[in-house]
Amino acid sequence: MLARWVRSELERNGYRVLMTRDGDQDPSFDDRSAIANAHRAAIFLSLHVGSTGVPGTVRTYVYPTVQEDATQDESLSGDEQAGRGLVEWDRAQQPFVEQSRKLGDLLQTEFSQRFAHSPELCMAYPIRDLRSVAAPAAAIEISSVAAPDEGMFAQMGPSLAAGIARAVAAFQPSGEPGTIR
Amino acid sequence: MTRKTSAGLIIGLVVAVLAGIVYFQVLHQRVLGWGESAASEEQAREEVVAPPIITQTDALTAAQFFWISPSDADKLEAVTLHLPLSADPELRSRQLIRELISSAPSPQQAPLPADTELLAFYMLPDGTGVADFSDSLASETPSGILSEEMAVDSIVRTLSANVQSLRRLKILIHGQAAETLAGHVDLTGFFEVPPQYPTAASH
Repeated sequence: MLARWVRSELERNGYRVLMTRDGDQDPSFDDRSAIANAHRAAIFLSLHVGSTGVPGTVRTYVYPTVQEDATQDESLSGDEQAGRGLVEWDRAQQPFVEQSRKLGDLLQTEFSQRFAHSPELCMAYPIRDLRSVAAPAAAIEISSVAAPDEGMFAQMGPSLAAGIARAVAAFQPSGEPGTIR
Repeated sequence: MTRKTSAGLIIGLVVAVLAGIVYFQVLHQRVLGWGESAASEEQAREEVVAPPIITQTDALTAAQFFWISPSDADKLEAVTLHLPLSADPELRSRQLIRELISSAPSPQQAPLPADTELLAFYMLPDGTGVADFSDSLASETPSGILSEEMAVDSIVRTLSANVQSLRRLKILIHGQAAETLAGHVDLTGFFEVPPQYPTAASH
């Protein structure tokens, strides 16, 4: 439901949105990454509903820098490395860590203004479905399934979608393709 | 029915009711006794399965543990406990993780499932610690990024605050490298263990 709101809002703003699933399917992490990795200038957003945390808050996570990075040429940007075919699948996110951080902070700034008690900046934490994405990527978690009010998500949906659309526009104003799951 | 027969019937009924009350109380006591017995059996089983780790170098230490804050459900909070801890970093880490699992101030403050067992903990010379947990850690941690993050951070921050030589941590599930903890947090890498009070884990 939340993903459909986000999709609708992004499309209204001129972005092409590909969903990695549209029902009860459960594609693997790599299948999801493959969809994003097949498109240039994509953004990967992963939406989650958590089981803990203060109900009504939203958090954005990006993948952290992995220290033991001997296989990548750090002098090249993510796009340059991808263009030269240097991206190792399991570490595909590494060249994009800085861009992801920028995207994550833009998203979290929007959320902190819209949803009380949400953090002000994104968190760097190793979230599996971001690791093999060769594009700016962020995971967004809404708290929580334990919310006492079942209508909470319906109330949050439009504002969440608007916040994501604003952050994406600030990050990538050209209206390039995006991917959400 | 004669008056004598009626009186006999009433007396019989009263005796039956009194006997029922007495029998009910006996049954009640037995049920309570079974409950206590089951609890002590469970306690005894736990002591056999996970006996306390006592070492020759144990010294009473003020140790910091990181459990979920009672006032803020999305943050960990340090709690100081005084307990005997080994000077050996490997054994000390085992003692700390066991305590972290079993001594949370309340079930709501426990970031790790109560059924989780630390199957093994060993340290490599470069300061890498390897913690092997039972399947319960993966199967009973509530699914979600925040809950998995707090589970891992409670371990990392507790070890960081109390074990000097530990530099990074690898988490295994039942002896195997796992892709995720409960579907979100990536366990394929190492978690950095900064010397004191980290603000965020890195990978």
